[in-house]
Amino acid sequence: MQFFLEVLLGGLLSGIMYSLVALGFVLIYKASGVFNFAQGAMVFFAALTAVGLHDMGLSLWLAVPLTMAIMIVLAVAIEKIVLRPLVNQAEITLFMVTIGLTFFIEGLAQAIWGASVRKLELGIEDVPLEFLLDNAGIAISQFDLVAAGIAFVLVAALAIFFSKTKVGRALRAVADDHQAALSIGIPLQQIWVIVWGVAGFVALVAGLLWGARNGVQFALTFVALKALPVLILGGFTSVPGAIVGGLIIGASEKLAEVFLGPYVGGGIEGWFPYVLALLFLLVRPEGLFGEKIIRRI
Amino acid sequence: MFYREAGQFKATYAEDSQIFPIRQDRIGMAIILLVAFVAVPLFASPYYFSAILIPFLIFALATLGLNILTGYAGQLSLGTAAFMAVGAFASYNFMLRIDGMPILIAFMLSGLCAAAVGIVFGLPSLRIRGFYLAASTLATQFFIVWCLTKIGWFTNYSSSGVITAQQIEILGYAFDTPMSKYLFVLIVVSVMALLAKNMVRSNTGRSWMAIRDMDMAAEVIGFRPMRTKLLAFAVSSFYCGVAGALYAYAYLGTVEPEGFSIEMSFRILFMVIIGGIGSVLGSFLGSAFIVLLPTALNVMFHFLEKDLGLELPSGISSSVELMVFGALIIFFLIVEPHGLARLWQIGKEKLRLWPFPH
Repeated sequence: MQFFLEVLLGGLLSGIMYSLVALGFVLIYKASGVFNFAQGAMVFFAALTAVGLHDMGLSLWLAVPLTMAIMIVLAVAIEKIVLRPLVNQAEITLFMVTIGLTFFIEGLAQAIWGASVRKLELGIEDVPLEFLLDNAGIAISQFDLVAAGIAFVLVAALAIFFSKTKVGRALRAVADDHQAALSIGIPLQQIWVIVWGVAGFVALVAGLLWGARNGVQFALTFVALKALPVLILGGFTSVPGAIVGGLIIGASEKLAEVFLGPYVGGGIEGWFPYVLALLFLLVRPEGLFGEKIIRRI
Repeated sequence: MFYREAGQFKATYAEDSQIFPIRQDRIGMAIILLVAFVAVPLFASPYYFSAILIPFLIFALATLGLNILTGYAGQLSLGTAAFMAVGAFASYNFMLRIDGMPILIAFMLSGLCAAAVGIVFGLPSLRIRGFYLAASTLATQFFIVWCLTKIGWFTNYSSSGVITAQQIEILGYAFDTPMSKYLFVLIVVSVMALLAKNMVRSNTGRSWMAIRDMDMAAEVIGFRPMRTKLLAFAVSSFYCGVAGALYAYAYLGTVEPEGFSIEMSFRILFMVIIGGIGSVLGSFLGSAFIVLLPTALNVMFHFLEKDLGLELPSGISSSVELMVFGALIIFFLIVEPHGLARLWQIGKEKLRLWPFPH
């Protein structure tokens, strides 16, 4: 039982890390209808830039805001150069453009900072929490808990941002209907820059946490693939969906790997989340929290 | 002036419904086929066969398969490489386990295996649409590669999971030189492309396009969505399966399950989009573009380093290559979101008048 709990909690915590990445996808899809495959590359780019600046001798307190500034510049550039000429194109074209963007950003990050694995120290140690270990006998990493806390704060902040602020309302209006939003005077281009900037910020946070965990390396870009089942499970348009989806995927993936994996030869982590999400979709085709799709002729 | 159909009258229904109704197209096609079958084998070096022409044709076939599914039937799929893997490993096992198996029959059967897998993994498409479907086709990708890696029987219990394809042999003639392999691939691809072109012009193709454009409306006017969508998945996977078998037998020779990775699926999707969604010609153009681009970039970097004495730090060139590749894709999509096939169409319109103003 204790082992089960430990696996479950570990899975839930890693699920939060998945939701962090999925969040970036949701933000952009919600506001512009673009399925941004480059989110994984942005995570990689942000983490590598922050670590690179840190390694050059800047303190983390300086390196992180500087990286954020770079991410905003990136967002502006993407909006101006890539998205603006493609307004009103088919969804699949926009999707492909973000795959092109993925290659570009990955190449850019490696061209600037090199391809070697870098270590990132955030000052939080990856050791089991002693209090829990002593009292309940469950080993839960301190780092995971902090990461979960950060994710929670981030999500709460985003929820408030979306529902309370003027920009947030504009974002929701744009998400609902581009043309209607334009006609009442919401500056579409500006909104897109903001969304991509916020997605860049989320990517930075996710990149720092993932990077501190596994080292900042090219494999970070594969995090995006982990976030996809989270997305389809939670629904592309729902922020809470990304969180709940992340929790479900994280927990079930770890449980399946530990309890089911030995019977079929292991390594099922790679596809189990997808199959799980697929089964979910058969019941609810728009994900758990996605907007109900109403189709008319 | 040169591309003008004036004076070409169609007197019968058969003439009106032929694949190339315009004489210039027929002549052009004949020239292309003549070049591909006669001139290229006469003049190309083995390097061109095995590094450029064979992969170009094989990827064109896979792209054609994906184009049938995505371009004609409107079902976005990210699992193309998995179907290719099924084709490659199925034909390997047919050849290995059945004595005296003719290779063409093995390829057909492997295509049918891929089609069966395609139908199974196409079932969710009846309920799921758009990006949800695309993301869930990734399940195919990961699951099949995992199966091929974990279940030893598929790879004949080879310890590394690598299989070595048997030699292609038809009626005692061994296709072992690059040129003969090229001709073999060329014949298979030409026949299958012709079949595809006819299929998309027929009732089947029209029902796919109806489903693509608006599936509810298509259902209302009497197309059965289940049959149509699953048929699209089956035909598409058949093409990808045969392409995968060719990939193993005529191109690489030795393959492993991990070789059919998600990057390959994306590459094939790129070929579809760059070439032109819903176009047979586009499949070939897209494949040519994506196969040639890395080679061209390589040559360019070589030139920069050698002849201009530009010192690039080691490792940078591959990153810059990645950047240029990504930038070019973005550039092409911005310039012509409907792909190279549309560019060709626009070109034809221009040629009709050129060099006169109207």
